[in-house]
Amino acid sequence: MAQIRIPTPLRAFTDGEASIEVAGSTVGEALSNLVEQHPDLRAHLFNEAELRSFVNIFLDDEDIRFMQGLDTEIAGDDSLRIIPSIAGGLG
Amino acid sequence: MIIHISRDLQREIAEQLEATYPNEGGGFLLGQGAAEQMQIVDIVQVANVFAEAEQHHRYAMRPQDWMRLEDMADERGLSLVGYYHSHPDSPAVPSEYDREHALPNFVYIITAVMMAQASDMRAWQLRADRSAFDELALATRTPPGE
Repeated sequence: MAQIRIPTPLRAFTDGEASIEVAGSTVGEALSNLVEQHPDLRAHLFNEAELRSFVNIFLDDEDIRFMQGLDTEIAGDDSLRIIPSIAGGLG
Repeated sequence: MIIHISRDLQREIAEQLEATYPNEGGGFLLGQGAAEQMQIVDIVQVANVFAEAEQHHRYAMRPQDWMRLEDMADERGLSLVGYYHSHPDSPAVPSEYDREHALPNFVYIITAVMMAQASDMRAWQLRADRSAFDELALATRTPPGE
């Protein structure tokens, strides 16, 4: 099964676990499986069905937005990582 | 929750954000603790990568900066506990843009920089339901002998 590394602030929703094993043959399926295991993550990763704009998913060192997005295929030994884009500023 | 930060780190943040004025600046907060007490142990300045023409009201980091700092924090036995940034000529209060881009369980220190002088530093945390920020107590510790 593939692994997803959870960013520090979201580990409160995975019982403190930094890495979660997930099932699925695409990035989208893996993320669906992740939020099935830890439903409180959903609101912080997705805005309805879309990934939030500041949530980046990396497959090894590559951003999946520059691959096939959520349709990017993964193998059982792949490592995914959720990386928030930090952004802020005046309104 | 109470956020403890040394006067030296506060000064380091203020000097960086005054130097980036009138643009926004920022960086990561490394720390220890949880629940009711959080100690900021170190800060790491990170370049603002937002389009230069927008940097007077926007701040952004590259995802690779997050990866690098999270790995570094893990190696040092610390946690990536939050980030700080400036609001040039505006209050140290989160904006709607801040809320849309925020995560819970993460400390947001905002510094108002008025006319190139850091004038107010406040700490905030996003509610778990993403509806609003709550202000956190920011306690300054003076190093012994100062």
